[in-house]
Amino acid sequence: MNSIIAFPARLAVWLLLAPLLPGIINKVKAWVAGRRGPPVLQLYYDLARLWRKGVVVSTLASPGFIAGPAVAWVAVLAAALLLPLGPLGASLSFRGDVILLLYLLALARFCTAWAALETGSAFEGMGAAREVSFAVLAEAAVVTAVLTLSLQSRSVSLSAMLVPAAGSGTLLLAVGLFTVLLAENCRVPFDDPNTHLELTMIHEVMVLDHSGPPLAAVLHGAAMKLLLFSVLLVQAVLPVGKLPPAAGAGALVAGVLVVTVAVGLVESLMARVAFRRVPLLLTTAFLLCVFALLIAWKGGAA
Amino acid sequence: MNDLLNLLIGLAMGLNLVALGTSRLPSLIRIAALQGMVLGIMPLVMEHELRVMLLAVAVATVSMKGLVIPALLRRAMRTANIDRDLDPLIGFLPSLLLGAAGMIGAVVLARRLPLRPEHHESLLVAGALASVLAGLLLLIGRSKAISQVCGYLILENGIYLFGLLLIHSTPLLVEGGILLDLTVAVFVIGIIVDRIQRAFDSLDTRKLTVLRE
Repeated sequence: MNSIIAFPARLAVWLLLAPLLPGIINKVKAWVAGRRGPPVLQLYYDLARLWRKGVVVSTLASPGFIAGPAVAWVAVLAAALLLPLGPLGASLSFRGDVILLLYLLALARFCTAWAALETGSAFEGMGAAREVSFAVLAEAAVVTAVLTLSLQSRSVSLSAMLVPAAGSGTLLLAVGLFTVLLAENCRVPFDDPNTHLELTMIHEVMVLDHSGPPLAAVLHGAAMKLLLFSVLLVQAVLPVGKLPPAAGAGALVAGVLVVTVAVGLVESLMARVAFRRVPLLLTTAFLLCVFALLIAWKGGAA
Repeated sequence: MNDLLNLLIGLAMGLNLVALGTSRLPSLIRIAALQGMVLGIMPLVMEHELRVMLLAVAVATVSMKGLVIPALLRRAMRTANIDRDLDPLIGFLPSLLLGAAGMIGAVVLARRLPLRPEHHESLLVAGALASVLAGLLLLIGRSKAISQVCGYLILENGIYLFGLLLIHSTPLLVEGGILLDLTVAVFVIGIIVDRIQRAFDSLDTRKLTVLRE
């Protein structure tokens, strides 16, 4: 594909389509609960409104309070551009780019936690501590999933390794990655995005003191991260890259929609688990990925 | 044929881990029942031709392990009127990790064993070892009598999986006898649970160590 057209197209997909996903999730939740729910485009309105507003900065905060969300947003966007988008391909592909993707996501998390600590608020410190401690377990699962994929394809480049293997390993990997998606994006069994009780929040409590454009960057970054993990999950399970371009794009869009609706259904039908159960759930995701890895390993040796 | 069998054994091995990770007594009973039912239909998958005796054993296994024993356990749980949270001696996370490590070890060990050629590709031995380990972990690591019974059931499921290796040489009557023993054992344990509850006001088996005149 022509790279002059493809790059803006990819950028447009990540920047413009990402805020759709939270809207769809909220619509699914409203539908299950029998409500009308907010419009699907609600996050776009919120972002536009936040962008016009001013910023309130605590007297304690250093410039890191503004820089944190900005760096996190750029890091998530850069990570997203590394991920191939079905027939559109990746903007940049090189040996080991998957490791850069993992580190960019870790950098984004670090910056969000840093900005949360800047205000000196006890609640935000608590949220940052929770986010980072759960991330340790979630990252173990993601790294294992990436190892599985690279072992299946014998490659460490994202564009070559997102080729699913048929069999039970893929199913294990899909369930493991879906659990990680829920944990990384602070969805229901781990965290409730709608909660307004500081004691139970994880991600939301970290951004309590942000306002105006930095909050818009945080919200948009979270939406992009959700899209990133959905695309990763779909491409790890469906052979999107091998289909003809039109069918590949269709499969990718359909897959992402299915993942989004599944997140909405999980959110409607499950309760948030108690904090002491969260490590157990994340360890389960890690074990699922470990078993997928073992199947990939054993299958490769046989 | 073999793929379907391996899928069922994989399901049973997965249920082992779920049993180790769950924190509620009713769900533990449900998992043990589900595993019993999965094992019950395995002889039908393994045999090529359907015999009446085989069908009878499968139906009996599924109904006993899937319906009768769980019903007995639920009744014991209700009459004992106990707190439904399990009280682990080995925490859920360590027991889950131990169970997973045991499962991987079982698969590795089963590949090293000098098995007959027709059993090389199947997960029967690995599944049996993993279930026995998971059952042992539940027996050691949970303090309530009913959860220990569930551990015992899962351990027995592992032994049953071993028995499936010999399906061509053991008469199915033996399987039927084992099933009857198991049901009677659970029945007796149901009565014992009631007695423990009356004597100690709790089902914590640790209290049994302080028995005195």
